[in-house]
Amino acid sequence: MSYVILIIALPFAAFVINGLLSGKIPHRFAGWLATGAIGVAAVLAWLTAYSYFFQSTSFEKIIPFQITWLSFTETLQIDMGILLDPISVMMLVVITTVSLMVFLYSLGYMQGEKGFVRYYAFLSLFSFSMLGLVVATNLFQLYMFWELVGVSSDLLIGYYYDKPEAVAAAKKAFIVTRFADFGFLVGILLLSYYTGTFDFAAITDPNHTAFTTMTGSLFLGLSVLTWALMLIFMGGAGKSAMFPLHIWLPDAMEGPTPVSALIHAATMVVAGVFLVARMFPVFSFHAPEALDAVAFIGVFTLLFAAIIACTQTDIKRILAFSTMSQIGYMMLALGVSDYGDQGLGFTASMFHLFTHAFFKALLFLGAGSIIHAIHSNDIREMGNLRKHQPVTHIVFLIACLAIAGIPPFAGFFSKDEILAATLNSSPVYFAIATFTAGLTAFYMFRLYFLVFWNRETVYEYKPHESSFIMLVPMIVLAVGSAVAGFIPFGKFVSSDSQPLHIEMNQTVAILSIVVAATGILIAWALYKKESPLSEKIASTLNGLYRVALKKFYIDELYVFITKKIIFNLISKPIAWFDRHVIDALMDFTATATNKVSAEIKGLQSGQLQHYAYIFLSGVVLIVLIMIFNYT
Amino acid sequence: MSLNELMIMRHEWALVAVALILLIAEIGMNENRKQNIKLFACVLMTLVTVLGFLPADTGTVFGNMYVTDPLRILMKNILNVGVLIIFLQSFSWLKQPNYQDRITEFYLLMLSSLIGVSYMISSGHFLMFYLGLELTTIPIAALAAYEQFKSKSAEAGIKLILSSAFSSAILLFGISILFAASGNLYFNSYESSDSIINVLGFIFFFSGLAFKISIVPFHLWTADVYEGSPTSVTSYLSVISKGSAVFILVIVLTTLFRVIQPMWQEVLYATSILTMTIGNLFAIRQQNVKRFLAFSSIAQAGFIMLGIVGGTALGMATVIYFVLVYVFSNLAAFGVVQAVEQASGKVTVDDYNGLYKTNPKLSLVMMLALFSLAGIPPLAGFFGKFFLFTAVAESGFYVLLGVAVLNTVISLYYYLLVVKAMFINSSDTPVTAFTSDMAMRISLVVCSVGILVIGFYSPVFAYIKELCVGI
Repeated sequence: MSYVILIIALPFAAFVINGLLSGKIPHRFAGWLATGAIGVAAVLAWLTAYSYFFQSTSFEKIIPFQITWLSFTETLQIDMGILLDPISVMMLVVITTVSLMVFLYSLGYMQGEKGFVRYYAFLSLFSFSMLGLVVATNLFQLYMFWELVGVSSDLLIGYYYDKPEAVAAAKKAFIVTRFADFGFLVGILLLSYYTGTFDFAAITDPNHTAFTTMTGSLFLGLSVLTWALMLIFMGGAGKSAMFPLHIWLPDAMEGPTPVSALIHAATMVVAGVFLVARMFPVFSFHAPEALDAVAFIGVFTLLFAAIIACTQTDIKRILAFSTMSQIGYMMLALGVSDYGDQGLGFTASMFHLFTHAFFKALLFLGAGSIIHAIHSNDIREMGNLRKHQPVTHIVFLIACLAIAGIPPFAGFFSKDEILAATLNSSPVYFAIATFTAGLTAFYMFRLYFLVFWNRETVYEYKPHESSFIMLVPMIVLAVGSAVAGFIPFGKFVSSDSQPLHIEMNQTVAILSIVVAATGILIAWALYKKESPLSEKIASTLNGLYRVALKKFYIDELYVFITKKIIFNLISKPIAWFDRHVIDALMDFTATATNKVSAEIKGLQSGQLQHYAYIFLSGVVLIVLIMIFNYT
Repeated sequence: MSLNELMIMRHEWALVAVALILLIAEIGMNENRKQNIKLFACVLMTLVTVLGFLPADTGTVFGNMYVTDPLRILMKNILNVGVLIIFLQSFSWLKQPNYQDRITEFYLLMLSSLIGVSYMISSGHFLMFYLGLELTTIPIAALAAYEQFKSKSAEAGIKLILSSAFSSAILLFGISILFAASGNLYFNSYESSDSIINVLGFIFFFSGLAFKISIVPFHLWTADVYEGSPTSVTSYLSVISKGSAVFILVIVLTTLFRVIQPMWQEVLYATSILTMTIGNLFAIRQQNVKRFLAFSSIAQAGFIMLGIVGGTALGMATVIYFVLVYVFSNLAAFGVVQAVEQASGKVTVDDYNGLYKTNPKLSLVMMLALFSLAGIPPLAGFFGKFFLFTAVAESGFYVLLGVAVLNTVISLYYYLLVVKAMFINSSDTPVTAFTSDMAMRISLVVCSVGILVIGFYSPVFAYIKELCVGI
């Protein structure tokens, strides 16, 4: 399996070539080079998956490649390597496949853009980083790639750097995730301080001895291990846009739409879920409180984001909030899961991650196709597009059905498993998750009907169907969204790498179908044709509607806290202290250093006899000290 | 003497052979084609360097007078690479008509010195070591005065030869005391004791070596000689000469003088603080770039001492690694200085104002080199310093570590001064844009790659560490 290294190396090579030669190579060449690289990587990833899942009977952790990068002491060292286990192999497939689709799609979507080569360089950098992240053999490597992923995401959000909104969005994403990653780093340091290792193989071993000391010592009522895991989860929550660190994701939609599809829907934002899954044995065995926190944050975010999504009018922002909501489902499933036989939630979460990657990427690519055609993000300016974009219409509908959870589309199966897993552990969470499933169906079909049906809109330019190169990836993803649900996922991916037998819970299945259908029907009634009904409902629910439209004022709250409270009460005094005390101290040191430097200038006289004199004095001085000391 | 035994000394044989071939070529060659000898010398030196990396037998010959082991081979290889880079950098300097009939002289003298270095590293006996040391110094003193029509160069030569005679005297005195103490000068059977006479001998011996490394207070010759010598010779002095003395010190301290470790730790502790601080304080004031680099290299010597103080295998490994990085960083800096000097004759920091506007690539290389010397991540110099500090912390010398960190800050200041001059300051009369010759460009690329890669490519350090396990 040594070819696995190529999966990671190829996108990196594409990044280096495109990055170094950005001004010198033709656009088409750069695009096809990057696409070719990721294409080969995708083939290799599928090969890896085939040989991993079908040619061996047990799903052990395999490390086909590893080098020691830095070694500090005998035990504490940082490795770079590749770790294959069910979840990392699955992620390899998801990332390379979606990347390939997005790379292909971008050939059409980004055609004629000024920074085309730069775009593909960054996109390749992203794929490289994301792949390096999922195969990391240790926490430190994961953290490094985690940051690389963040950097490439920021670069792509700010791709249109002459647009102030894009620059602001990139800054916001950077600052918010930086804040989260700070927690992550502290968590990593705490964990490795106690365990003495960064290695996943050692950390996820449930019998690791260090955990007893970590669970033994308490801090503010929780064990140190719980704190460490909560901090690590904080990093994951930042990347995965969980409440309250979600505020960067809607703004990140300023990046090019294919970027949103790849990074802010299918791959990077699920890195937090992946992180929790990677550390799952530790969570499950030693820190159930931290897992409860994961579940709580998950369930809160899924409802919170779904409510906001119902009121938004920007097509990409609706999808962004829906992404947050769906990741909330994944987190919830992990949070309620147990290890081993009772690990339905774990499998469900990974399953949903898998299916979600397909239909959410498809939704974004579909949105891109629409935006490309009518040059607007606002769904109030759209309508009746099914006549102009028949193919986009069909694939978009498939994706909507998939996310709404209508059988036999992929989302139904994975969401059903999540709901079943939740029912086993907490009826309250189950109720919220089921209700939100209805909301999901509602807001997705609100979007669908408003864009493709509703009123006849007069467009400035007549919308046209997208080009072939953009349609192909969408059709491929549509097929994936339609059939991915039939994969017997439990056989391959489970918390303890043993096949997990999953039976469909019929009550839950029927309930979720009914709820989803209700949501769709309401959306149909309200938005299929132009009707005043929706306005009326909005005005009845005036307060709630307005609050949801403003995204519960979370952004305003952050601005208030930072600008009014932190700047005035903390930053200003610190700035004063810095200017008048620290700087003065520094100035003093600098002046003193300079003075001394000037004073001793005379030592260097240029006269050889003087040099010899000092030389000899030095020797004599050392001799005297030694004699004085040792006799 | 069997062939195998001969092969053990292959480093030295190869160098001697190159020197002889060049000598014969010099005699036989047509006057008009003397310039070709430079290329010829570089090709031969490349061969020797490559040869050095091939696996070979190790062991002792001449009745324990001569010793090699993988660690010593590595040291020689590092220095060979350094000399090769210096050869590449001296191309356009040697092109001047003044030196037309003395080109080979340069190569012969430098190679002789390098042969001395090799013998010194491989010596198994104090006298052997002393011979190597003298063979290292005398040709270089001659080279320092190579530009004999310049008074500065002549001054440098005379200062170097006189001060090294002085230090040799001290060193020999030390050796004779050591002989008096133990009655034996073979390294492998030398029995050190902590008697005062032995310590005394060590101090004199150490002072002689410290002179080569430019440790305060034995450093005073450094600035004058560095400034006056031709830049290639300055590079040699600051990198090869200093590096070899550090290597010897590592070997000697860990083998012969292990018994009196507490004593030499004290000596090194004090001198390393002095060296870092004095070197830095002087470097701040320098206007001449070569003088500035001289004091910076004194400060760097102080940092090198940090790794040795602990006396641990890890510390020694970090020292060798640091020297490796230092070879590339310092040679890159000197390469740029030489290129600028050749193109414009300018050698003060102010002359570097606005260099980035006219010669961006050169400025970038210089920036890399200075950042690496200052220890800024992710360049190799950062890892070098980081490992040094780790070794110091591991040995528990926290006060020393604190002083070292402070000194790093000071050094950052003056390195940044030069970077600021190149990138931010503007000048009415900047160095005009120029293209240096191919050899110089190759050498700078090699150095830059070294600075960028050595830090990240972990097997380098792992390998050095592995070799140092025994010591």
